[in-house]
Amino acid sequence: MFATKDLEEADRLMRICNACRYCEGLCAVFPAMEMRRTFSDGDLNYLSNLCHQCGACYYDCQYAPPHEFDVNVPRTLSKVRTDSYRSYAWPRAFAPMFERNGLMVALVASLSVAVFLIGFMAWSDPGVMFSTQTGEGAFYRIMPHNAMVAVFGAAFLYAIFAMWMGFNAFWKDIGASGERLEGQSVWQAMKDAGQLRYLDGGGVGCMNEDERPTDMRRHYHHATFYGFMLCLASTSVATIYHYAFGWEAPYSWYSLPVILGTVGGIGLVVGPAGLLGAKWTRDRAMSDTGRFGMDIAFLAMLFLVGATGLLLLFLRATPAMGTLLAIHLGFVFGFFITMPYGKFVHGLYRFGALVRYAMERRAAGLVGA
Amino acid sequence: MSSETARDRASEILARRYDVLVVGGGNAALCAAINARRGGAEVLVVEAAPRFYRGGNTRHTRNLRCAHDEANEVLTGPYPEEEFWDDLLRVTGGETDEELAKFTIRESKELWDFMNEQGVRFQPSLGGTLSLGRTNAFFLGGGRALINALYLTAEKLGIEVLYDAEVTDLEIEDGFFSAAAVSYAGREHRVEAKALVAAAGGFEANIEWLTEAWGPEAENFLIRGTPYNKGSMLRMLLDRGVKQIGDPKQCHAVAIDARAPKFDGGISTRLDCVVFGIVVNRNAERFYDEGEDFWPKRYAIWGRLVAAQPDQIGYAIIDSRSIDKFMPSIFPPIEAGSIEELAGKLELDPGKLRATVDGFNAAVQPGNFDPNALDDCRTEGLAPEKTHWARTISEPPFYAYPLRPGITFTYLGVRVNKRAQIIMDDGKPSANMFAAGEIMAGNVLGQGYLAGIGMTIGAVFGRIAGREAGNYVRN
Repeated sequence: MFATKDLEEADRLMRICNACRYCEGLCAVFPAMEMRRTFSDGDLNYLSNLCHQCGACYYDCQYAPPHEFDVNVPRTLSKVRTDSYRSYAWPRAFAPMFERNGLMVALVASLSVAVFLIGFMAWSDPGVMFSTQTGEGAFYRIMPHNAMVAVFGAAFLYAIFAMWMGFNAFWKDIGASGERLEGQSVWQAMKDAGQLRYLDGGGVGCMNEDERPTDMRRHYHHATFYGFMLCLASTSVATIYHYAFGWEAPYSWYSLPVILGTVGGIGLVVGPAGLLGAKWTRDRAMSDTGRFGMDIAFLAMLFLVGATGLLLLFLRATPAMGTLLAIHLGFVFGFFITMPYGKFVHGLYRFGALVRYAMERRAAGLVGA
Repeated sequence: MSSETARDRASEILARRYDVLVVGGGNAALCAAINARRGGAEVLVVEAAPRFYRGGNTRHTRNLRCAHDEANEVLTGPYPEEEFWDDLLRVTGGETDEELAKFTIRESKELWDFMNEQGVRFQPSLGGTLSLGRTNAFFLGGGRALINALYLTAEKLGIEVLYDAEVTDLEIEDGFFSAAAVSYAGREHRVEAKALVAAAGGFEANIEWLTEAWGPEAENFLIRGTPYNKGSMLRMLLDRGVKQIGDPKQCHAVAIDARAPKFDGGISTRLDCVVFGIVVNRNAERFYDEGEDFWPKRYAIWGRLVAAQPDQIGYAIIDSRSIDKFMPSIFPPIEAGSIEELAGKLELDPGKLRATVDGFNAAVQPGNFDPNALDDCRTEGLAPEKTHWARTISEPPFYAYPLRPGITFTYLGVRVNKRAQIIMDDGKPSANMFAAGEIMAGNVLGQGYLAGIGMTIGAVFGRIAGREAGNYVRN
C-alpha cells in the first residue's frame, strides 16, 4: 500500500499523533496533519519536508521509545524526507547519487578540484600560475574570464534546471500542482523560511542533545543560509561590475563584492562548522544515522567553498593565488553540479512545503490565527 | 553513566540526611520540591519510575484548570472562582470538602504565574479542545513537556532526584515521620528527613487493589495512565494510622478503545464517536442514552457505564455518514457491509444486533442534525431513548469500535487540611507529613470529573506542601 516501510511507519505515527495532538503548538507538521484523517504517500512526503527536525516532539512525547507505541517522529520523517529527495531526482538515472551520498559528493568534489588543478597547470603558463599576480584581471591571466563564465554558467544552469524538474515532481506528488498559487502564501513561506520559524520547538528553542532547548542550530543555520546568499550577492555584484562598468576583479578590500564575499564566506565557515558540531552531539535516538553522510558532505562542501574563498582572498597577492584559485573553483564547481543530488535540495522542498502549508491554512480560513 | 557509577552516586545520595523527602515524581511532587527548595530546604525526590516514565500521570495530561479574572494571551476569557466552584459542585454532586475545594480554586489563580516562572510554556487551545479554551491552560507540547520543564528547574535549583527508587517502608510514630526505606537497584537504604511530602499518585495500576473494590470486573479494566501508580505509598500511609478519604470505587474512568494497551495508552486511545451512533453490550443491547449531552460533558461517565456491562465491554456502532464527524482515533474501525457481517466480526448475535438496530432506526424521529447543538434528532418509544443526534444507522459501510473502561486515576486518598498536612486517624494533623496530588485529590474531587482539575489539585497542594514542609524544617 505504501511505497516504502518508512512511509508505512510514518503513516502509523501520524495516526497516533492525530489521535493525541498534544504537539499541535510545536510546529507546522501537526496542524498540517490535523487537516487530514488518512495519509497518502504524497501527504507523508509533504509532512516530512515540512518537518524542520527541531526535535521538540520527540522529547515532549509520552509515547516516544521505550514506550510500546515507539513514536519517533523526527527520525521517521527524516528517513521519509531523504527517500523523497531520491524519488524526485532528475534525471532518474542520477537518483542513485542519494544512496551513498557522502561518498559520491566527496568523489565529485575531489575530481572537480583535481581537474581544475591539472587544467590550470596544463593550460596556463607555469610562470603565471605559481607567481604573484596583482592588478586588474589577475585571476583571468590564469583562467580566462570567458572560460570561467562558460564553465560555471553551464554548471549553474544545469543545476537550476535539474532542481526545477525535481521541484515539479515534488509539487505534483504533494498534490499541490492543481492549486492556485497566491502571492500571500509565497510571502508567508518566505518569512517562515527566512526566520526558520519552525526550528524553535514552538518558542522554547530546538532540542538537539536532550530535552534542554537551545537555539544554536537556528543561529548556525542562519549563518550558513545568509552567508550563502551574501556570496551569491557578491558574485552577482561582481558580474555587474564586469559587464556594466568594465571593472575587472580582483576588487579592493573595501569594494562591495569583497565585503559581501568576506562576510558571506565567514558565515559559510562558521555556520556549517556549528551545524556539524550540533550533528555530532545530536541525540542519535532521533537521527537517521544511516544518512549522516549526505548531511556531512553538504556541510563540508559549504565549509570548503567558504574557507577556500576566504583563503584565496587573503592570499591573492601571493604566489599561492593560482593554486588556491584552482582549489576554490574546483569546490565551487563540484558544489554546483552536486546541488540537485544532495542535501541542498532540502531547502527547495521545505520551502515548497511551507508554501503549501500557507495555502492550506488560507483555504481553511486559518490565516492570522 | 555506567550502572556501577549510577549505583555509587545513588548510594551517596541516599546516605545523606535531608530536610524534605518528596516521594513521587509528577506535577505535585515537583511543585512541592521546588517550593521547599526555594524556601531553603535540602530536598530529595525519589521517583519509582525510570527516567523516561518519570512524572506519573502528569505525562499524560495536557492542561490545568485555573480560575482567573481576565483573559490573557492563552486563556480566552475570565473564569471566576464562583463559576469554577459551580462546575465542581455539579460534577461531584456535592462529594467535595467545600472549604478545601474553595481554597483550591482560590489558590489556582496563582498557578499561571507560578508555572510560567518554573519554565512551563502554554499555548492556546487549538483543534478539538476549543470548549476548554477559556477555563484551561494548555501546556505547549503536553504533559511531558511540562514535566521536563519542572525537572530542569529542579535540577537548576540543586534538588536531588533519584529514579527507579521506590519507598518500601515508612518510620512513623504518633503521626511523626522520621525516615523512609528506599529500594534502589535491589538494595534498601534508610533515608532520614525532617519532613515528608507524599505525592506518589493513586493506585489505579494496582489491579489487585482495584479488584478488592470492584470485584473481578476490574480484571477487564484498561489502565490509561502510568503503570507505576501501584498505590504502595498510599497503602503504607493508611496502614500507619493516616485517615482515609474517599471511596475506593471512585475514579476517573472513560470508555476507551478496547484494543488499547493494558497500561499507559493515554490520550490517543480516546474515542469520541459515541454520540453519533449507538452503543451496545455483549448481548447486542443498548444500555444508555448515547446523545444525552455533548461528548466533552459526558465522556467521563462512560467508563462506569461500560464497567457495569457483562464482560465490561461495549461496541459503538455508526454508519458511513458519521465516520468523519469525530476526532480521528488510533485504531481503525471494524468495518462491514451489513449489520449482520459487523455482528459476526464483533462476535455478537447477528439476529439480536439486527433487531436492536432496526428497533433504533424505527424509533428515530425526523429532525435537523447538528453536531454543534443539542439538536432535535431523537428517538421515541425506546428504552433507553437517544435524546440528541439520533440518525438511523442505515448507510453502509457500517463501523464499530470496541469499548472498555479506561481508568486514568483513583480518588481514594489520605485526608489533608489546607496546609496540606496529612490528618491522622485521631483527627490531628501530622506535624511533618504532607500530601499533594492524586494521593489526596479525593479531598476535593470525591466523584465525577472536571477536565484539568487533577493538575490543579496537584499544583496547588504541591506548592503548599513544599512551602509548609520548608517552613516546618526552618522552625
